[in-house]
Amino acid sequence: MFGKNDVIPGRRLTFGITLTFVSLFLFIPLCAFVLFASGMGIEKFWSAVTDWRNVHAYGVSFFCALVAGLINAMFGLVIAWVLVRYDFRGKKIMDALIDLPFALPTAVAGIALTTLYAQNGLLGQFFYSVGIESAFSPMGITIALVFVGIPFVARSVQPVLKDLDPQLEEAANLFGTGNWTIFSRIILPELVSPLLTGFALAFARGIGEYGSVVFIAGNMPYETEIAPLMIMTKLEQFDYQSAAAIAIVMMCLSLAILLGIHGWQSRQLKRIGGVVSA
Amino acid sequence: MRESIWLRRFLIFLAATFLFVMLIMPLILVVKEALAKGFEVYFKALTDEFALKALYLTVEATILAIALNTIFGLASAWLLTKFDFRGKTFLGSLIDLPFAISPVIAGLFFIMLFGRMSPLYPILQEYDVAIVFAIPGIILATVFVTFPFITRELVPVMESQGRSEEEAAATFGASGWTIFRRVTLPNIKWALGYGIILCSARAMGEFGAVSVVSGHIRGKTNTLPLHIEILYNEYNFTAAFAVASVLVMLAIFVLILRNVVEYYSKDIEREEVVEPSADLKVGVANG
Amino acid sequence: MVEVEVRNVNKTFGNFKASDNVSFEIERGKLIGLLGPSGSGKTTILRMIAGLETPDSGEIYIGGRKVNDLPPGERGIGFLFQSYALFKHMTVFENIAFGLTVQKKSKEEIKSRVEELAELIGLKNFTRRYPLQLSGGQRQRVAFARALAPNPELLLLDEPFAAIDAKVRQELRGWLKKTIHQLGITAIFVTHDQDEAVEVADEIIITNRGRVEQAGVPIEIYQSPKTPFVAKFIGESVQVPDYTIFKGFEGYEQHEGILRPEFLEIGATIEEMPQPMPVTTERGIVRGTYFRGSTIQIDIEVKGQLLRGFRGLEQPPLHEGDLAFVFIHKIYGFDGDKTQVIENAAKFRESVII
Repeated sequence: MFGKNDVIPGRRLTFGITLTFVSLFLFIPLCAFVLFASGMGIEKFWSAVTDWRNVHAYGVSFFCALVAGLINAMFGLVIAWVLVRYDFRGKKIMDALIDLPFALPTAVAGIALTTLYAQNGLLGQFFYSVGIESAFSPMGITIALVFVGIPFVARSVQPVLKDLDPQLEEAANLFGTGNWTIFSRIILPELVSPLLTGFALAFARGIGEYGSVVFIAGNMPYETEIAPLMIMTKLEQFDYQSAAAIAIVMMCLSLAILLGIHGWQSRQLKRIGGVVSA
Repeated sequence: MRESIWLRRFLIFLAATFLFVMLIMPLILVVKEALAKGFEVYFKALTDEFALKALYLTVEATILAIALNTIFGLASAWLLTKFDFRGKTFLGSLIDLPFAISPVIAGLFFIMLFGRMSPLYPILQEYDVAIVFAIPGIILATVFVTFPFITRELVPVMESQGRSEEEAAATFGASGWTIFRRVTLPNIKWALGYGIILCSARAMGEFGAVSVVSGHIRGKTNTLPLHIEILYNEYNFTAAFAVASVLVMLAIFVLILRNVVEYYSKDIEREEVVEPSADLKVGVANG
Repeated sequence: MVEVEVRNVNKTFGNFKASDNVSFEIERGKLIGLLGPSGSGKTTILRMIAGLETPDSGEIYIGGRKVNDLPPGERGIGFLFQSYALFKHMTVFENIAFGLTVQKKSKEEIKSRVEELAELIGLKNFTRRYPLQLSGGQRQRVAFARALAPNPELLLLDEPFAAIDAKVRQELRGWLKKTIHQLGITAIFVTHDQDEAVEVADEIIITNRGRVEQAGVPIEIYQSPKTPFVAKFIGESVQVPDYTIFKGFEGYEQHEGILRPEFLEIGATIEEMPQPMPVTTERGIVRGTYFRGSTIQIDIEVKGQLLRGFRGLEQPPLHEGDLAFVFIHKIYGFDGDKTQVIENAAKFRESVII
């Protein structure tokens, strides 16, 4: 570890700083959590995990994040496609705008979206007039999660689409292949991996998202409570054990998604000899 | 592949509409609601004592998060790219961990570590140190959620630069500090700037983690996003949107800055003009 | 006087033995080529001399001083990286000046030294440019000047010509050889290109699989390769599984060997042969002829074995399928990991027969 024969100096110093920071800000808090959670006792843990109100909350988080991830996968692909392959006015602005959800505080997005989609809101009035509740409903949660997830897919697909070898398409063109066939048989397979990466990131982010969702969700028990909100609620009731139990379930869920996608990708890529991008 | 003009127009229209509805409309709405009751109310909301205190705390937490994460980012990126050691991949994944963890859970970690049920709590009480439900907790939570940002920006850039420039400098006996300052830093300055921008955007907007550890003590432990929440829940919408409009402006500033940084970093690459070696003959003759 | 001595050096990367008991000496003022195929450990040796890698065991001496525990900056070496590793954001001037700046030399001293070197590399008017604004050849010369600036005793060059266009490469080789000799500095360069090694180096060290196979002046290595690897690696050659089938080479215990094209005499008629005797001359069938500029390459099948030789352009032409006569002057026979030169027995019988 402490190679004294390094040509480039600074191994000890950077190792020391890194280790200190990782310990202070990541490892010790994580350990505190694990220690606390492990002292909980299996019965208490199980009853907190399987409490029906909590189970419902995981379900809401999971399905809304899933639907939002799918919507983002679709629109993210269209946005990346348009930005890479077409020239039009306002393209630069569109490109810059995509990152807005990274830059805009989630609470701001939350209150803005709530006001927009509420019954008397600018967009909400249309939805409510046809009997769709676009706020304080699972749909509202999904809208907020679409907002926070916009950059993930677009930014994953964009560079891959840009680097796509144009000769592939030219070769297909020589055979007189149709547009749809070229897209579905030649371009789309190249984009599956970045699409999945972006989708997984948006999905995982959606499950843990709190700030943008909490305003538009309405937070009605057994209806529009999300998992992170349940943690907040338990904390406010000083029920730390239940909060920890819900946190464990959420972390397992995110981890399963990320690992699942990663595993799928490396299996796929092994077949074609690529490198996992996530 | 040549799509018809109609398909192109349709796709551009689709993307533009989606982004307009999802991103532009909320921004316009924030401004509209903020000014709904005129400029006087708007400025009053901004200069409100609690709003200013929240702004002050947000700035404080952001600056500290940037400072700490810059030190950490540079050290960890140097360690990860300039040396080989066992457990390198593990360390890399550990640093990325905060990306995979919900901010609310991140806040929970610090409650577990310093809160009432922690073994550290009696010690902290004895010395009268408050961490959770106080400013240090907010800063810790902010550093946690922004932890990977700068490292993540630096590592790929430093990886692609390789080690040979640093090795070359070392063959002349340059010290570690000289190598870093004169050779490495100029090569990574744009990536570092970009990382700092991302880090500050996230730090000033963080809600979930900060919300958990803050305890919502008005005027004491509220950051701007938390202040917005309180105002909104009190049905003081105009004030909430007025404060939000400040954050919108900051967000737009961040986006512009981001694009400026990106433009300049590409500009450097564009300078790569390979000239024909017409002068070589002269060179050989002189040698 | 010995400038560099490498003594029993070993180096392993994981399971890969990069240096296997490497020893050699280099005299002061010599320009040495470290030649070997890729993965033969030549760059590792160079990097260990520079101090960029640490040997697992063994000693390295530069100018009589043991340098094993010295960092690169204190070894009195200049290193030219394969990709040059020029500092991208520094001008040519700042690049060349870097080593002197680190040594805290005075401004005037730095300025005069940089100007002197810029003159030497013919880039006097380019000192304010950045590396990315230079051509490959120019970059290489800047890297050369940068390495030379602090007056190193020893210059180490890692594949100095690999990243340069073929046309410019030729000019640079000559320039580099002349300049290094002018400066009177000791230099070691690594290459995988035998033409480059033969053309530029005073002496060549051939490496293979982490071992030094042979060291010496180019012509000596060419004429008497000590190992089968060197015999195969240097020059053009055709390997034969059993050379005792050929006339004049019968009765040897070893069978494997190689033939160089210039060991073969190929005649269209038996009168053309140096010893027009059926007992010493093989018959073969021409399988292919290739115009090679100054000669014609003939691939000819003799006793089921495809051999290669040259014929002059002024000699009567041979065509595919023609019957032709072949005299083999000598063969490099393999004996374990050694090589021996075997002359055609007919050469000794000459007087007897006549």
